[in-house]
Amino acid sequence: MKILVAVKRVVDYNVQIRVKEDGSGVHTENVKMSTNPPDDNAVEESVKLKEAGKVKEVIAISIGEDKAQETIRKALAVGADKGIHVKVDNYVEPLGIAKILKKIVEKEKPDMVFLGKQAIDDDCNQTGQMLAAMLNWPQATFTSKVNLKDKSVEIVREIDEGLETVEVNLPAVVTCDLRLNQPRFASLPNIMKAKKKPMEQLDAKEMGVDLTNRIQQLKVEEPPKRKAGIKVGSVAELVSKLKNEAKVI
Amino acid sequence: MSVLLVAEHNNSKLKPFTLNAITAASKIDTEVHVLVAGTNCEIISKELANVPLVKKVLVCDSPNYQNYLPENLAPLVTKVSEKYDHILASANTFGKNFMPRVAANLDVSQISDIIKINSPDTFVRPIYAGNAFATVKSNDKKKCITIRPTSFDPAERSGGSASVEKVDPVDIPNTSKFIKREETKSERPQLGTARVVVSGGRGLASGENFKLINDIADKLNAAVGASRAAVDAGYISNDHQVGQTGKVVVPDLYIAVGISGAIQHLAGMKESKIIVAINKDGEAPIFSVADYGLEADLFTALPEFLAELNKLNTIQK
Repeated sequence: MKILVAVKRVVDYNVQIRVKEDGSGVHTENVKMSTNPPDDNAVEESVKLKEAGKVKEVIAISIGEDKAQETIRKALAVGADKGIHVKVDNYVEPLGIAKILKKIVEKEKPDMVFLGKQAIDDDCNQTGQMLAAMLNWPQATFTSKVNLKDKSVEIVREIDEGLETVEVNLPAVVTCDLRLNQPRFASLPNIMKAKKKPMEQLDAKEMGVDLTNRIQQLKVEEPPKRKAGIKVGSVAELVSKLKNEAKVI
Repeated sequence: MSVLLVAEHNNSKLKPFTLNAITAASKIDTEVHVLVAGTNCEIISKELANVPLVKKVLVCDSPNYQNYLPENLAPLVTKVSEKYDHILASANTFGKNFMPRVAANLDVSQISDIIKINSPDTFVRPIYAGNAFATVKSNDKKKCITIRPTSFDPAERSGGSASVEKVDPVDIPNTSKFIKREETKSERPQLGTARVVVSGGRGLASGENFKLINDIADKLNAAVGASRAAVDAGYISNDHQVGQTGKVVVPDLYIAVGISGAIQHLAGMKESKIIVAINKDGEAPIFSVADYGLEADLFTALPEFLAELNKLNTIQK
């Protein structure tokens, strides 16, 4: 079996982002960048399935500027076999990203595509589901447990009400939640070895895919700030304020 | 120019967030039509026909839609959407699961998780876990949109008399199978809709100590929440998690106990009407969003808090 795992380079989750004064977006220059957190879970699960002997090959793909190759190298350092970098110069909406991924799937013919459930920059939560629809494949989103069988995969999903178990036929798209596993750190020798692993480089412009964005970003602004509250000196004062001032209890 | 909203329900009960989504739909166009896809779900269509903001209910009653598998639901919604310019659902695990498939089928770019409607094609949505708000304009003819339910008030439930129309099911691909759903049972109100939420963080130091949180929650008829740190440490199950990767809550009163206030947690609760923080670290970021902060050791403060609540003659329910 073969897994294609998609990884995205995003602003590190620990960075407090700053909105640009002209409202055109957020500052991403000279800011720490990392792999989108649930994409790390997707890579980890793919590698675990390979280590368990259930999967033969794991291909890591990233779509983005040249620096997206760093994100692919990180996936290679924790156990992916091969990388594919599809170069795009500008922001591409999930619809366009799904179209690029579809082209790659048609060429590489994986049995499963693993992705993070959502990217922490645009917070869209769309790419995996769109790809599944375009391929006419089944999907499992918000995955917190994977049980791979011969012709299907049984998935436990995290839903608002609790947990749901579904079984989807292969090939399938799986989007991963943060509690699926504990992503490993790459060891220094493996980071060195990853530099020698193959990395295919493609240009989205030459793939015959319509990447026109359909959504215009008119402005980006800071959310309204909460005004600072007060500190109370005792539990009794707190209860009195909640009862008599805020009138919420 | 009518709007199609896909209702969320479990065949016997309408999920309350559908009512919030109806309010959002009515801000795009007054001609709100609601699609109910399910099995033996007549009661749901009756309930929706009573909602004054709803003008028409479309019902597709078929075993295909019993468990809302996205592989089955998306082709139906795609077909029904032919007559509509806007296709809406709640931005929760229900809507997020199938709506992107509909958007891909229609070759349109989805607008996810909107919190405000400026005009029928311009919306505000949070990005970077709510640390920035983006105003976006969709140039697609048809628009697939998911609504953040807590940003819109629920619609009135009674007084309406919408027409009910049957819709034929469409072929399903038979590529997926529902096995089971394990819903977290609780005597307490649901986290997403509770008037009061009491949340615990890593400061609780163990799962057993969540009893202190539970006692306060019972007294206030509140839901119990938790930070990601408390969930990751195994103190409490994941469905209690409030934050960017958990639930977004907007209660009248949010009490954060032993929670430092990481960006990811604040994203899930900072729109609450009144926020209380109890933390022994006076520098904790949670105090910067709290209306009332108490710098104290939670292990002494919580029993005192319960004792003070017990002294009150009345407590709002």
